[in-house]
Amino acid sequence: MNFDDTPQEAAFRETARKWVEANAPKELHAELSKSSLGRIRLANHDIVDVGKAWQKKKFEGNWACLHWPKEYGGRGATPIERVIWQQEEGVYGKLTQPFQIGEGMCGPTVMAWGSEDARRRHLPKLASGEEIWCQLFSEPSAGSDVAGLRTRAEKKGDNWVVNGQKIWTSGAHYSDFGLLIARTDPNVTKHKGLTMFFLDMKSPGVEVRPIKQANGMQEFNEVYFTDVVIPDSQRLGAVGEGWSVSLTTLMNERMSIGSRLATGVPELFEFCSSLMLEDGLAIDDPAVRSRLASWAVKSSGLKYTSYRAISSLSKGEQPGPENSIGKLVSGMMLQDIASYAMDLQGAAGVLTGPDEETVQGQFQQMLLSSPSMRIAGGTDEILRNIIAERVLGLPGDIRVDKDVPYNKIPTKGR
Amino acid sequence: MNFDFSDDQKQLRDQARKFLAEKCSPKAVRVVLDGKAPFDKELWKGLAEMGFLGVAIPEEFGGAGAGHLELCVIAEEMGRANAPVPFSSTVYLAAEALLIAGSDAQKKKWLPAIASGEAIGTLALFEGKGNPSPKSIKLAAANGVLNGVKKPVPDGAIADFAVVAARTGSSGRDGDISLFLVDLKAGGVEVKSLTNLDPTRGQAEITFTNCKAEPLGAAGDGWSILTQVLDRAAVLCAFEQVGGSDRALEMGRDYALDRIAFGRQIGSFQAVKHMLADMYVSATLARSNSYYGAWALSTNAAELPEAAAAARISATQAFQHCAKNNIQVHGGMGFTWEFDCHMYYRRANAMALGLGSLSYWEDQLIDRMRKKNAA
Repeated sequence: MNFDDTPQEAAFRETARKWVEANAPKELHAELSKSSLGRIRLANHDIVDVGKAWQKKKFEGNWACLHWPKEYGGRGATPIERVIWQQEEGVYGKLTQPFQIGEGMCGPTVMAWGSEDARRRHLPKLASGEEIWCQLFSEPSAGSDVAGLRTRAEKKGDNWVVNGQKIWTSGAHYSDFGLLIARTDPNVTKHKGLTMFFLDMKSPGVEVRPIKQANGMQEFNEVYFTDVVIPDSQRLGAVGEGWSVSLTTLMNERMSIGSRLATGVPELFEFCSSLMLEDGLAIDDPAVRSRLASWAVKSSGLKYTSYRAISSLSKGEQPGPENSIGKLVSGMMLQDIASYAMDLQGAAGVLTGPDEETVQGQFQQMLLSSPSMRIAGGTDEILRNIIAERVLGLPGDIRVDKDVPYNKIPTKGR
Repeated sequence: MNFDFSDDQKQLRDQARKFLAEKCSPKAVRVVLDGKAPFDKELWKGLAEMGFLGVAIPEEFGGAGAGHLELCVIAEEMGRANAPVPFSSTVYLAAEALLIAGSDAQKKKWLPAIASGEAIGTLALFEGKGNPSPKSIKLAAANGVLNGVKKPVPDGAIADFAVVAARTGSSGRDGDISLFLVDLKAGGVEVKSLTNLDPTRGQAEITFTNCKAEPLGAAGDGWSILTQVLDRAAVLCAFEQVGGSDRALEMGRDYALDRIAFGRQIGSFQAVKHMLADMYVSATLARSNSYYGAWALSTNAAELPEAAAAARISATQAFQHCAKNNIQVHGGMGFTWEFDCHMYYRRANAMALGLGSLSYWEDQLIDRMRKKNAA
């Protein structure tokens, strides 16, 4: 048992480290280090602009999408090399935020299901950051039950005509392409009538509207489709096979091993170390220490769970399903920690101004943003189902709409 | 990175699991639970023969000389089987204290006897209610004799010798505490069995009256040695707790698959599935924290104090959580004496206190994290 690299891994790390050292935008280091929670906001730059510049540099240095095959713009790296790269890229990895959905989900789906032409046309530009992709799956009435989606695609000659609405699309407003799942046959059961496409987001009839979120920010969009024409050559997989194709995408979503999820523990520890309560520092209060310790061991438990997964990768094994716990644990922690940090401030915990003794309102912001962590990318409940069914082998839910044609499923008139 | 046990260590774990499945069935545990024997002597003998008792004891002292990672995998299996033997008191507490502070003669006398199963050892630390602290130790040592009362002493009624924490000064500092070795079969010792939550692991009160004792380690070093012993035992106990958590989770899962209600397996209800998923989460976090503890223990790393406290807290919480919800999944049947759920519930809650309670270790963890942050 050790934390050491193999000689090969050490050599790879050294190469990666030197390259980052020589090429990273160091002027952004301090700002990127600070923003540990939520979306990245930079004072003087647009994240998409600096992100594109960094991604291009990486691509030219052969460090973009490095687990992809070389002919599609990657490096052909092993999974463990990808983890080592992420560790060495460090805070600059936050700059790749606009490309994560493309690299992690859309790209692998095009790679698995696209034609050779489509792969050669799209993947290198995705890897270089020249083109950004978004994922068009969720709908207002199809969240956890994504297979219940309504957006229609109808065949007209060699084209498909799309009408409907998607929601929660990160980056739709700056994306060049989108991965779209739509219903092509409402007369069969819901999983069977779906087909996957990709489309140019600048196509006529595509309208992107930002969503004002509960935390006051605008990070997601609604995307409306009105008679949008998609050539049949942009279909991924067979007609009616969209659900299987989407599983490729979603599997890749859950494969992000080694990426550290924020838990709020370092922020709370620091806060309690300086917060004066009536009887002294918060961190000297036994009740505070007890709460802090319980969260600290969850946070360290997540860290060492990811180390175990990295170790499996290093041995060439497929890591176990234990990684599915990361988002489940960290999402709830963020919310609980935020509310506890505010509780410690008493009535003043409600104040959010930059002058307040509330660490610039960071916990209040965490409180308002954390509900999304428990919903996006699989709700807590869906993640528990996944653990229960795929890890523990418990039976799946009884699905009352399983054998019913899609257009006969009750909708309560909505 | 190789943050995992080696193939040999995993093989040893399989070997221990197989051995315990055969020799330590729930039926065998129940003999002790029902008060028909103070511990499972046959199993104890078998553990010695397998080399498990001395796995971390150096060869020159009669052990297998393997190491602490090997001891961790065996501990996990002992917890999984709910073994009714004085393993933790003898191997994690007494043997570790001897390894850290024993003279050559003391090691030669006791360690081979531990490895061969001839001697049962324990640590006599507590004196009534309260958590480990130098202040709580009143038992007096003067002129080579001890006077005072220790309770609860784990496995005290069946132990052959004890490491005893005693007061040798009154300055109010840690240096007031010294450790002593006492042969419990010699004079000056009165042992009384105490009833307790988990009858598969006995507790006792030991009264020392002008009891002859030899120092273990230098005078005044007692508290510093004890802290090390408790940290090391915390990691080893964490592995028992991880093994127990996994077993309780498995029992709950199996029952949820087996039991039919409302015309379906109860494991198909989300209320039950989610409870089991949460148990899996706790058990996984505890396992990962314990692996880090194992690394720190086996390499004697500077991180051991923090790693041990984290493993202790995480594994205590996980075992309590899994044992409690295992009963809940079982419903009424889980509350019968006949079903084994309560054996894990008892063990989980007894283990949560043995080396000091959860709040004590939470306090320790924060102190240790602060120390690290300050450094």
